[in-house]
Amino acid sequence: MGAIEAPDLSYAALAPLLFVFGAACVGVLVEAFTPRSVRHPVQVTIALVGTIGAFVATLLLAGTEEVTAAGALAVDGPALFLQGTIAILGALSVLLFSERALDPARSAFVAAAAVPAGSVRDRELATSERVQTEVYPLATFAIGGMMLFTAANDLLLMFVALEVLSLPLYLLSGLARRRRLLSQEAAVKYFLLGAFASAFFLYGLALVYGATGSVRLSDVRVAVVTEGGSALMVIGLGLLVVGLMFKASVAPFHSWTPDVYQGAPTAVTAFMAAATKVAAFGAVLRLLYVAFGTADWTWRPLVYALAIASMVVGAVLGLTQTDVKRMLAYSSIAHAGFLLTGVIGLGPDGTGYGLAATMFYLVTYGLTTLGAFGLLTLVRDGDGEATHLSQWAGLAQRSPLVAALMSFFLLALAGIPLTSGFTGKFAVFRAAIEAGAWPLVVTALVASAIAAFFYLRVVVLMYFSDPAPDGPTVGVPGLPTTIVLAVTAAATLVLGVLPGAVLELAESAAVFVG
Amino acid sequence: MNEVVPASVPVDGLLSVAWLVIVLPLAGAALLLLGGRRTDRWGHLLATGTVVAAFAVALACTLALTERAGRTVSLDLFTFIDTGNLDVTAGLLFDPLSAVFALLITGVGALIHVYSIGYMAHDPGRRRFFAYLNLFVAAMLLLVLGNSYVALYVGWEGVGLASYLLIAFWHTRPAAATAAKKAFLMNRVGDVGLALAIFLMFAQLGTTSYAGVFGSVGLLAGGTVTAIGLLLLLGACGKSGQFPLQAWLPDAMEGPTPVSALIHAATMVTAGVYLIARSAPVYDATPTARTVVLAVGAVTLLIGAIAGCAHDDIKKVLAYSTVSQIGYMFLAVGLGPVGYAAAIAHLLAHGFFKAGLFLGAGSVMHAMDDSVDMRRFGGLARKLPITFVTFGLGYLALIGFPFLSGWWTKDAIIEVALDRGGWSGWVLGGVAVLGAGLTAFYMTRLMLMTFFGRPRWEEGVHPHEAPASMTAPMVLLAFGSVAAGFLLVAAFPLSGWLEPVFGEPEEAAHLVSPLVVSIVVTVVVALGALTAWLFVGRREVPTTAPARVSPVVTAARRGLYADTINESLVMRPGVWLTRALVWLDARGVDGAVNGAAAALGGGSARLGRAQTGFVRSYALGILGGAVLVAGALVAVTA
Repeated sequence: MGAIEAPDLSYAALAPLLFVFGAACVGVLVEAFTPRSVRHPVQVTIALVGTIGAFVATLLLAGTEEVTAAGALAVDGPALFLQGTIAILGALSVLLFSERALDPARSAFVAAAAVPAGSVRDRELATSERVQTEVYPLATFAIGGMMLFTAANDLLLMFVALEVLSLPLYLLSGLARRRRLLSQEAAVKYFLLGAFASAFFLYGLALVYGATGSVRLSDVRVAVVTEGGSALMVIGLGLLVVGLMFKASVAPFHSWTPDVYQGAPTAVTAFMAAATKVAAFGAVLRLLYVAFGTADWTWRPLVYALAIASMVVGAVLGLTQTDVKRMLAYSSIAHAGFLLTGVIGLGPDGTGYGLAATMFYLVTYGLTTLGAFGLLTLVRDGDGEATHLSQWAGLAQRSPLVAALMSFFLLALAGIPLTSGFTGKFAVFRAAIEAGAWPLVVTALVASAIAAFFYLRVVVLMYFSDPAPDGPTVGVPGLPTTIVLAVTAAATLVLGVLPGAVLELAESAAVFVG
Repeated sequence: MNEVVPASVPVDGLLSVAWLVIVLPLAGAALLLLGGRRTDRWGHLLATGTVVAAFAVALACTLALTERAGRTVSLDLFTFIDTGNLDVTAGLLFDPLSAVFALLITGVGALIHVYSIGYMAHDPGRRRFFAYLNLFVAAMLLLVLGNSYVALYVGWEGVGLASYLLIAFWHTRPAAATAAKKAFLMNRVGDVGLALAIFLMFAQLGTTSYAGVFGSVGLLAGGTVTAIGLLLLLGACGKSGQFPLQAWLPDAMEGPTPVSALIHAATMVTAGVYLIARSAPVYDATPTARTVVLAVGAVTLLIGAIAGCAHDDIKKVLAYSTVSQIGYMFLAVGLGPVGYAAAIAHLLAHGFFKAGLFLGAGSVMHAMDDSVDMRRFGGLARKLPITFVTFGLGYLALIGFPFLSGWWTKDAIIEVALDRGGWSGWVLGGVAVLGAGLTAFYMTRLMLMTFFGRPRWEEGVHPHEAPASMTAPMVLLAFGSVAAGFLLVAAFPLSGWLEPVFGEPEEAAHLVSPLVVSIVVTVVVALGALTAWLFVGRREVPTTAPARVSPVVTAARRGLYADTINESLVMRPGVWLTRALVWLDARGVDGAVNGAAAALGGGSARLGRAQTGFVRSYALGILGGAVLVAGALVAVTA
């Protein structure tokens, strides 16, 4: 047995990941060594430097196509494009986290998570202005995990990335300052179910390894070609898909989504809904096209069925929701289905328009969703955020700007023309049609028609109902939330009116290596 | 087919600012919506001003267009999507067809804006109303001026949105909210059809511009063209309230009356006719789809006319009349090249007289404390002289009184239908003539119940004539009702003007002499009116609708059971699906479990209410899904 050779690492190509993980590690040190008074601004700065630095790095690396770290990491167009997307969404989420003007206690996160909810100490802390700063390193680790997830060219690394992105999210979900029981329950649910789903992924990994003798995606691909699809490998593929679809909240693996989205602090929900979706789809695309692209006849019917299930479940159940956060959760499930139509749109062996369309859709969806959730943090009553639909009645009279912005985001989610939602849907549906997936697009159009109804219901409620006398107030956001809302609204508009540049970027990036 | 493809000529001069037609009302809407309360005092004047200005621009552009060879120009505005394999350029197409629509929309739109100044004077939501109205005008103009199906679709969604917002304008009335939902849902059904048609064109031809699609439609397989044609028709049926999607239009009358006049009579509901006329080269290539258009038109024509006979709500009668008249237009476009000009002529004339009739109805409602029940009207001719005269002219124009608008345009359609020849020509012609008789019946009934007879007013109602800002548009539209038909058919034949779009008008060999047709139609119309007088005018009108009536009347009162059919075919399965999914999603969760969860959460009621399930049931769901996935995969590969 020879000595183990250190793998060759291309540090330049890893720069985006190094930036984010570096920032996360520094954040942990800051937490230990700086006085409490300066921690908040320092942590926010570090997290922003890390994410924005990573974004700039992805831009500089554009065009790179290499496989590094002994073949475990692929730095290629899709990886860089999605890493850049995640970095931007991450930076905006960090800004949302850092908002201090809205909550009377100056933070949306609990001051000390370990104190039992409802205890005397808890009540004392709830009114104090002590803030929690561990959320920034946690979020930065999660962002790093997501970026690694989209570049993982190896099933084991993919699993590691899955855990790196998931564990901080479980924690973050439980850190709400208000309604702590709800938040903690959400965290526990997410953790248990997440662990359950990870087990599926791991078992699938083992089966695929058993069938092909490798965990490297390119080797799996070769094995699929030479040996064809054995039952072992196919079941392995199925279990891998289950694990990934859970993260992407695709029906029927969506059951956690509404509960967790509702319970988690809204800024965290925004982060999860936007960035996790991008990361999960990055991994789905890579797995299906790099490893199993030559055996697409095995998974295509499956993805087809999952897309339909997700669209129908999301659109129909969204109709019955009375809580804005839960409604947006079902919307996210429906959007996962729309994204899967783009996945279907990829021709055999990664050709076709589907990859670019799906990536473009991820950008549009991520930014709009982040904006919509960000807006939820502004509408508050004495008990924190007012998310029940009835409390949104007549909001336009209290705050025309918030109502108009929310309407704009909801119209974008509904896919009304001149918003990014329309161009995104247009792109994925077109890709699916080119791949001959007619029935899927018909279902998607019907589902988006149904979903449009519950989005517009909120618009009508805001504009056409009389406000309740003891209705919520609309907080005046500080600079961070203002920046997030301005950026996401501008992106939603620009990508709807002039999507050309980003679409072109997505198209030029739509080539996998490995 | 290539000769009808509009040759795009680069623009210069006045026509290069044709985009102002759309931008002006859009800017008005944006100002009013963003300006907030600051614009409350003058917002309605600004909104009206922008539409008047848009009309002026449209008129100037149309005059400039007449001097151009080919009478077709296209403007490239900006590149919407431009990537390697997808190129969507946003541009406008200004040709005779879009020009007449632009004039209709801005012209009638301006009059209705003026009317609304008076009608909405005391409404607290006036600014919002005018903003939506402007938004509608802008979207509708984009719909007719766009140079591709995508631009049309953007406008199509925009008018749908504006229509939805305006139907629900008086949202405190539950009926208005329900009507808006119904309109929205039925329109979405149509929109899905249109979207699919556009995707199909994209997939097959790689373009959605009119020029591109029409230029290469001949290369497609017959089945594909038929599919495109039928899908476009589905979209058209949704927007235009045609069978089987007609049930929303009468309910949409819950919106303010100016809205009914502009959107649900004169312009938006005719978008379907525009779509089919614009897609003439597609339908030229698919006789099957064209025959379906024809059938839809004929069926709707009768359904609308029959249902119109039995209603007592003045606006609903007019709405069914709209359904029926648009049926005539569908019938005409379904007849092919010979019918296009006739359809557009009827559309324009209808735009005038039906808008006038709705404004008249609004004036009557204004006088009668917003009542719409014709059984409580009566004897209003003396109290509302201007309304009576203008409404009366609109009425005569609609039923086809000789030499008024409807006579010219409807007779033209009936002639074309009869000229089709064979048994189908006789059936279609017969249906059209029968429809004319029914139209005369229900409109005469409406006139008699509203303006004649003994007053049956509710207590405390003191009818009075509307202010000048309301009567002036009515008078102008009445002129239009009288003269439009003559001008469009005889004086300046529309078929000649539209030649660059639809090709040279054919001089059809008439199977039945136009004179005979005209006489027969006039006799049938007279019979219809006479019947109405025998049943309604001669007797005392009961103030409540008689309950014991024949099954035919019951069926007509219920819109020929369109709602019942929709409910059993669409709504019930939808409700079942929702229930089933809710049940599946919350499986194993019932009140007891929720109670237990609440107890566990330290009595936190919020917890119990918000969290519907236990992790174990979620996990079970995931496991079930995983088993299904693995099983399905093995089944697929085995």
